[in-house]
Amino acid sequence: MSLQSFIDKAISPWMQEEGPDHDIVLSTRLRLARNFTDVPFPLMAEDEKLKIVTNWIKEHFNHQSFEQYKNLEYFAMEDLQPLEKQVLVEKHLISPFLVERQKESGVLLSKNEQVSLMVNEEDHIRLQLYFPGLQLDRALEEAFKFDDWLEEKIDYAFDEDHGYLTSCPTNVGTGLRASVMMHLPALTLTGKVRKMIPAINQLGLVVRGIYGEGSEAAGNIYQISNQVTLGRTEQDIIDDLHSVVEQLIDQERYAREFLVEKSGLRLEDRIFRSYGILKYSRIIESKEAAKCLSDLRLAIDIGYIKNLSTAILSELMVLTQPGFLQQYAQETLTPEQRDIKRAMIIRERLRLEDK
Amino acid sequence: MKCEICQQRAATLHLTNYINGKKTEVHLCPQCAKENGNLDSNEEQYTIHDLLTGLFHNYSNSTAKTTETKHNEQTCPRCHMTYQQFSQTGKFGCSQCYQTFSDYLDPIFKRVHGGNTKHIGKIPNRQHVHLRHKRLIQDYRDQLQQLIIEERFEDAAKVRDKIKELEQKSESSHEQGDEI
Repeated sequence: MSLQSFIDKAISPWMQEEGPDHDIVLSTRLRLARNFTDVPFPLMAEDEKLKIVTNWIKEHFNHQSFEQYKNLEYFAMEDLQPLEKQVLVEKHLISPFLVERQKESGVLLSKNEQVSLMVNEEDHIRLQLYFPGLQLDRALEEAFKFDDWLEEKIDYAFDEDHGYLTSCPTNVGTGLRASVMMHLPALTLTGKVRKMIPAINQLGLVVRGIYGEGSEAAGNIYQISNQVTLGRTEQDIIDDLHSVVEQLIDQERYAREFLVEKSGLRLEDRIFRSYGILKYSRIIESKEAAKCLSDLRLAIDIGYIKNLSTAILSELMVLTQPGFLQQYAQETLTPEQRDIKRAMIIRERLRLEDK
Repeated sequence: MKCEICQQRAATLHLTNYINGKKTEVHLCPQCAKENGNLDSNEEQYTIHDLLTGLFHNYSNSTAKTTETKHNEQTCPRCHMTYQQFSQTGKFGCSQCYQTFSDYLDPIFKRVHGGNTKHIGKIPNRQHVHLRHKRLIQDYRDQLQQLIIEERFEDAAKVRDKIKELEQKSESSHEQGDEI
């Protein structure tokens, strides 16, 4: 296996399964921040100290398998091309910050891309697990098992009062960040999501748009995650998140029904216009593509369009990101060239489905 | 007072407008004020780190001036991070920093973690067996109290035996020099 297999596919193998509530929840991600007890955190550690961490990870975990997480493979950031790194960021397998860190940093990936363990990012270890749909309980169970497996070989920085010690005070304690990625087109259209965000924030949860600048949610995709990591058990944290996500799901379903009932023809018009743009445009910016892809996903979920699968839309969402476009074209492209390429890929991909 | 636009959030902004000599008052929450252009805000640009470093400075300002110089000189013996660096970056340099700067941490943790300062979550399996036992014993004690209140003495006796057994176990593991 080489890096090629990770960057050729826009869709990670685990994403091809449909998870619970997949019409609204795209994926669940769990992250645990961990550090070695006797090495300074990456911010203050010299390269030779960080090397202790990378060597340890390579020695004990590279080319290993743990349960369904087979063939873990380590990639050093230094060895990757800029475009390859960008592609891994666009697939959310690594963070932009890891790319910046460069020296003695890397990522350990499982073959199915369900586990991504970032090494020497802000903390020595950022273990991330991904699941399709809404599966917080299962994700926590799996993350704990994987964490225990790592701990057999690593002495973690931990103390009784503060739990797992992390570089940033915002992660101390459980080191847990649980996030759920949701497609909320109807709540966005009706303006309800903006009203719900402050209430959600009060519960110690954060809502932000992904693929967008700042708080804007391109493609109506939002990420809901916990902020508090100290003084609560992991189970309590995910239970809270779960209950908020369930409410959002109910509200989104309700808003969809409302839209169909009250302005069905307008909605249908909007959706088919978007479909037209995706099928026939020659130049398309990422923002417009995201909007149209969101409309199309909604159309499939509410049954306006039948012979198309939502998996294609998830694929196109990633495939039309700048890094992927250039990887596909095998060359660096100007923004204008990217918009042309993007339109072309979308047209071709949708035409494949028509056959 | 509720916000006049959304009717949900508390109105924290009270604006008085004079148009053609006529006075009008509006009461809004920050979100609605922003959406209506009543509030020019760069909040979006504010990152979590700005917020965190803000917390440090608040804390330094509220403590007596005499201690100010003291924490500025404080340095972590392990990673050599100074208090000043710590308050500027809002990040710890190593696990030892948690002890070095322990005097200043609780107010920060409280604000970031909704008033919490103590970890109650997972404990590492291998390294901290002793802590796991301690946590378990505490859970059993709570259970025991509840059973006594409910006058379920037979069950209570069983739980008490479990506690004894665990206490003996953790004592013997202590003697064997298990990590604490």
